[in-house]
Amino acid sequence: MEFSELIKTATVESVLLSCAGQPAVKGTLCITSHHLLLSSCPGGDGQPSAVELWLLIRNVDAVEKRVQNVGWYQPPRSSGSPRDTRLAGSSGTITLRCKDLKVLQLEIPGMEECLNIASSIEALSSVDSVMMMYPFFHRPQSLRLEEGWPLLPVEQYFQQIATQTTQWRLSDVNQDFATCPTYPPAVIVPAAVSEETLRRAARFRQGGRFPVLSYYHARNGTVMLRSGQPLTGPNRKRCPEDEMLLGSVLDEGERGFIIDTRSAQMAKQARMTGGGTEPKSSYPQWKRLHRPLERGRPLQESFIKLVEACNDASLGMDRWLGRLESCRWLSHVKAALSTACLAAQCLDREESSVLVHGAEGTDTTLLVTALAQVILEPGCRTLKGFQGLLEREWIQAGHPFHLRCARSAYSHARLKQEAPLFLLFLDCVWQLSRQFPFSLEFSEGLLLTLFDNAYASDYGTFLCNNEKERCLCKVKESTHSLWAWLDQPEERKKYLNPLYSPNPLVIWPSVEPQSIQLWQGFFFRWIRSSQYLDEAWAEIWRLVESSNTPVKESTENRLSRSLSDPTTRMENER
Amino acid sequence: MEHIRMPKVENVRLLDRLSSRKAAVGTLYLTATHVIFVENGSETRKETWVLHSQISSIEKQATTATGCPLLIRCKNFQVIQLVIPQERDCHDVYISLIRLARPVKYEELYCFSFNPKLDKEEREKGWKLVDLNEEYNRMGIPNNYWQISDVNRDYGVCDSYPTEVYVPKSATAHIIVGSSKFRSRRRFPALSYYCKDNNASICRSSQPLSGFSARCLEDEQMLQAIRKANPGSDFIYVVDTRPKLNAMANRAAGKGYENEDNYSNIKFQFIGIENIHVMRNSLQKMLEVCEMKAPSMSDFLWGLENSGWLKHIKAIMDAGIFIAKVLIEKDWVSFGHKFNHRYGNLDGDPKEISPVIDQFIECVWQLMEQFPCAFEFNERFLIHIQHHIYSCQFGNFLCNSQKERRELKIQERTYSLWAHLWKNRADYLNPLYRPDHSQTRGTLHPQMAPCNFLYKFWSGMYNRFEKGLHPRQSVTDYLMAVKEETQQLEEELAVLGERLANLQKLQLNGNTVSKQQDRSKELVLSAFNNSLANTPQEYSNDLKSFPSRSPSQGDEEDSALILTQDNLKSSDPDLSANSDQESGVEDLSCRSPSGGGCLPSEDSGKDSDEAVCLAV
Repeated sequence: MEFSELIKTATVESVLLSCAGQPAVKGTLCITSHHLLLSSCPGGDGQPSAVELWLLIRNVDAVEKRVQNVGWYQPPRSSGSPRDTRLAGSSGTITLRCKDLKVLQLEIPGMEECLNIASSIEALSSVDSVMMMYPFFHRPQSLRLEEGWPLLPVEQYFQQIATQTTQWRLSDVNQDFATCPTYPPAVIVPAAVSEETLRRAARFRQGGRFPVLSYYHARNGTVMLRSGQPLTGPNRKRCPEDEMLLGSVLDEGERGFIIDTRSAQMAKQARMTGGGTEPKSSYPQWKRLHRPLERGRPLQESFIKLVEACNDASLGMDRWLGRLESCRWLSHVKAALSTACLAAQCLDREESSVLVHGAEGTDTTLLVTALAQVILEPGCRTLKGFQGLLEREWIQAGHPFHLRCARSAYSHARLKQEAPLFLLFLDCVWQLSRQFPFSLEFSEGLLLTLFDNAYASDYGTFLCNNEKERCLCKVKESTHSLWAWLDQPEERKKYLNPLYSPNPLVIWPSVEPQSIQLWQGFFFRWIRSSQYLDEAWAEIWRLVESSNTPVKESTENRLSRSLSDPTTRMENER
Repeated sequence: MEHIRMPKVENVRLLDRLSSRKAAVGTLYLTATHVIFVENGSETRKETWVLHSQISSIEKQATTATGCPLLIRCKNFQVIQLVIPQERDCHDVYISLIRLARPVKYEELYCFSFNPKLDKEEREKGWKLVDLNEEYNRMGIPNNYWQISDVNRDYGVCDSYPTEVYVPKSATAHIIVGSSKFRSRRRFPALSYYCKDNNASICRSSQPLSGFSARCLEDEQMLQAIRKANPGSDFIYVVDTRPKLNAMANRAAGKGYENEDNYSNIKFQFIGIENIHVMRNSLQKMLEVCEMKAPSMSDFLWGLENSGWLKHIKAIMDAGIFIAKVLIEKDWVSFGHKFNHRYGNLDGDPKEISPVIDQFIECVWQLMEQFPCAFEFNERFLIHIQHHIYSCQFGNFLCNSQKERRELKIQERTYSLWAHLWKNRADYLNPLYRPDHSQTRGTLHPQMAPCNFLYKFWSGMYNRFEKGLHPRQSVTDYLMAVKEETQQLEEELAVLGERLANLQKLQLNGNTVSKQQDRSKELVLSAFNNSLANTPQEYSNDLKSFPSRSPSQGDEEDSALILTQDNLKSSDPDLSANSDQESGVEDLSCRSPSGGGCLPSEDSGKDSDEAVCLAV
C-alpha cells in the first residue's frame, strides 16, 4: 500500500480552522502520509508562515463532514457556466474528533476538496498495519534509535528483589514465546519450581498465563502474583503442577488470597466455556475474594457516555449529577481503587500473599496489580519508577494496547476490542495524586501525555499487543521510545510535580464517594479554559523554585564569590 | 447549670462514621458551655469538644444490647454518635442537651462568658477592625452622587437597617420615608456597592407593597434618584431574586414586585433563587447524603442531585455574587440579615432557619476553586467563619439588626471574631495570592455556560469532620511553609551579606559564615520532612471472616503519630472535634519549616475554658 494512493487532494488554500476556546485561523491545509498541517501567513509577504496545526492523523477518532452547496444563491443569469459557479461557491465543513478528545473544525472551500480531504483522513487514520504507523518514520534529531528502550525491565526488577530474597528466580521458559505468547521472554517464578512444571501449569491457564511474580513487598516478604484464569471447565479439571506452583509460594500454615476480578457468578459461568476458578478443595491455603470490575464493552460505553455528557452544552446543574451517575465512570474508578487497596491491604496489613486474575489476566488484572504497587511502593511514585512500572505491568505484561486503544470515545466505528482500561488506571493514579499531592514525583501532565501516546503516538512504546508482536515488528529496532523522549531534561521538567517530597509510607486513599472526583483536567481539557488553574500551577512552581534554588544558590554563590574575592582569600590564607 | 441533669457519664462509646471498628470508649461530660468526650487510654486522652450552640439536633435512638445510642448533629456539619450504657443516663443527657442547645436568652450564649483575656482596649480595637464607613470610603463614597443619610437615626424609619445609610444625594428625607412605607419591613432601597470606575451601583431593598395595583410616588422617585446617580446609564435593572411564581403569589398578600409601567426606565428581571424553606430542605437532604453509611458512587451522586443543593448554588452564582472581596461584615451583618432567626441560636420558630450564609460561603469557595490566586484567604478561613457564625463565641453574628445589637451592648460585652481571625491571620492566608497577580485585579469572570457543571461538592465543609475523606496532605500549608522559609532565607541572606561586608572590613576569618550556611540547609531539609501516614479504610468485609493479624496492630507508623497528634489536638477546631487519630495526620504534613513553631492557633473555645471543665 502506498500512502499517496490514499491522498486525493494534498493541499487546499484558504481553509478556516476553528477549535473551541481559540480564535479561528485561515491558512493552507496540507495532508502528508501521517500528518495534517495548517499553516497561515500572518501578514504581508516575506513573513514566515506560522504552523497553526500539526496533527497526527492517527489521533483522529471520527471524521464528520457537511457540505453546503451555496451555488444556489448565485444569480441564475450570471455569465459564466452555471455549473462552475456552483462548484466555486460550494464549501464543506469537516469536524475532526480526536482520540485525545480535542475537536477541530475545518471549513474547506470547494465541495470536492472537502470530500477528498475527509476520505483521506478517514483512510489514513484507520490504517491498521503497525509497521505503517508513524513511529516507524519518526526520527527526532535529539534522539538516536535503539537508545532509551528500557533494557530488560523484568530482569532489572528481578535484580532489585534478588538482593532481598532467594525464594524467586528468573525463568527463561518463555524465551521463544512458546509457553505463553503474551508474556515477555523472562518472568519471575518461585525458585523451587522447575521449567517443566511451569510449562504444564501454563497449559492449565488461559492464554498460557501461568502465575508469575508481579510485586515483592520487601517490608514483610509477601508477594503479589498474577495469572490468567484456571481452565477447570465444567468437569472441574485439576492440574497438580499449577497447585504445586501456587503451593510453593506459601509456607506451611500460611494463607494467601486470590482476588478474582469477576463476580462469583461470572467466575462460575466461565466454567461452561472452559475457564473457571480455583476450587477451595484443590487450593486449601488460598481464600478467594471476588471483586467484580467492569471491562470490555461496558467500560468503553461508560467512557463514551461520559465524554458525551461533558460535551453536552444543554445540560444544566440540575441534571448534571444524574447524568454523571448514569455514565458509571466514577463507579468504575471507585471499584478499581477499592480492589487495588484490598490487594495492598492483604499484602501490607494481613501479611498474606495475593494472586490476582480475572479471565484473560491482561486487563483488570493488570489494573489492580499496577495500582496496588503505586499505593504500596514509594519507588513506583517517582517519574523513573512509574515508567518502569508501566513497562513491567502494562507493556511487557501483555496488555493489548493495539486492540484496546484503537478507538477512543468519539469513534462511530463498530466497537471491537476497545476498552479504556489504561485510562481507568491513569484516572485512579490521578485520584491518588489529588489525595496525596506531595507523594507522586510526576504531575497530571504526565498522565495526560501517557493517555495521548497510548492512543496515537510518535513513539513505539505503546505499539502492538505484547512482546512477541513487538519482536516481530522490530519495534525496538525501528522506532524511538517514549521514555527516551520524556527523559530529556527540558521535557522531563514539564512532567514534574513541584510539591513532590518522597514519602516512604503506604498511601491509603479514601474510596468514599465524596473523595472520588471527576478528572476535570482530562475530561474538560479541551472544553473549557484552564487559564486560572494553570496560573495557579505556575505560581506554585514559582514559590517552590524560589525557595529551593535561587535563594540558596545565590546565598552560596555570593558566599563563594566573596570568599574567592582576593582580599578575603588573602585574609584566609594568612 | 441548673439544666444539667447529668454532668458526667462513664463508659460511653464514640462511634466512627467511616469505620465501625474504630469506636472509642471514654467519659462524657456536660458543662455549662460544652459537651466534652474524653477518650480513655492514658497516653492520648483524645478530647472532643462541642459547643452547645453548635448543636442543631439531638436524636435518641432505640436502645440496643450495647446501650442507648444518641446522635448529635451540629450546625458545623459534625455528627457525633454516642452509645451510652444506661438508658436512664442517656435520657438525662438528652433532656439536658435539648435545653442547653436552645438557650432562651441572649445572655446565655457563650460569647457573654467567653473571655480570651484581652484587655478593654484590645477588645475595642477588635470591634473597630471592620468599619463600615471606611468600606464605603474605599469605594469612593460619599461623592457627588451619594451621601450618608441620617434619616434612620434612632432606627426611626427601619429598625433592621443601620443608623447610617447611603442614598443618592437627590433623595430627600421625604422621598426616603415615603418609599420606606411602601416596602416590606420598611427596607427602602439603599446603597450596597459602588463601583467608582463606572459609577455603577448595587442597591438593595425589600419587596414593594404593590399588591395588584398599588403604587407609591415617593418610591418611584427613589428609584429615579438612584438611576440619576449614575449619569452614564439611562436605565436601572431591578433584579428580583425570587422565582416569578413566588413573587406573583405575594401580590395576593399585598406585596409583590415593581410594575415596569409605573417606574420609568427600569428593566425587570427575576432570577429564581428559591426561598429559605426550599433551601433548608435542600441542605437537609444533602447532609443526609453525607451521612449515608458506605454509599455507592450512584447513591451519592443521585442523592446529591436530588438534594438540588448544587443547583441552588449555581442559581445564586448566576444571580451575580461576582464581587470577589465582598466583605461579610458589610453585606450580611450590618444590613439586618436576620441572624438569630436564620441560624437558630435562640429557641424560636424552626421555619425561620435557613442556610443563606452557608450558601454565600460556599459560593465564595466555588469561586476560589475557579480562581486559585484571586483570594487572599484560604478555605480554612471560610470554614472557621462558618464555625463561628454558629458557635456564638464572638458577638459579631448575634441578633437580627444593628438596633438589637446596640441594645444588648454587644460591643461592650463580647469580643469580635475579626480580631481573633486577624490575630491568627497566618493560618488563613492563601500562599498563591499575590497583590500584583492578574487574577486579583478587577472583577472575576467565572465561567457560567456551557460548563455550568463545574460546581463541586464541598467535602471540606460538609464532611469536614470525616478526616479520612480529605486529601491527606495540605498544599496550602506546605506552600505557606515554603514561602515562609524563602523569606527566612532571604533575611538570612541579607544578614549574611551584611556580615560578609563586615568580615571583609574587620578581617575576621570565615568560620562563622560556614556555620550559618549549614543552618540554612537544615531549614530546607526540615520542610521536606513531612512524614505522614494513614491507615487503610474498610476496603473489604471479607477479611474479617478470615482470622489473621489485625491490620492496625503493632504498627510503628501509627503509634509514632499519636505523639504528634497530641500537639495538635488542643489547637485546631477541626481536630479538637471528632478527628481520626490515624488519618488526621495530613495536618502534620508540614506546618512550618522550623518545626512546630507555629501550629495553627485555633479557637473551638476550649483553650480558654479549662476551668469550666474541671469545675463540673
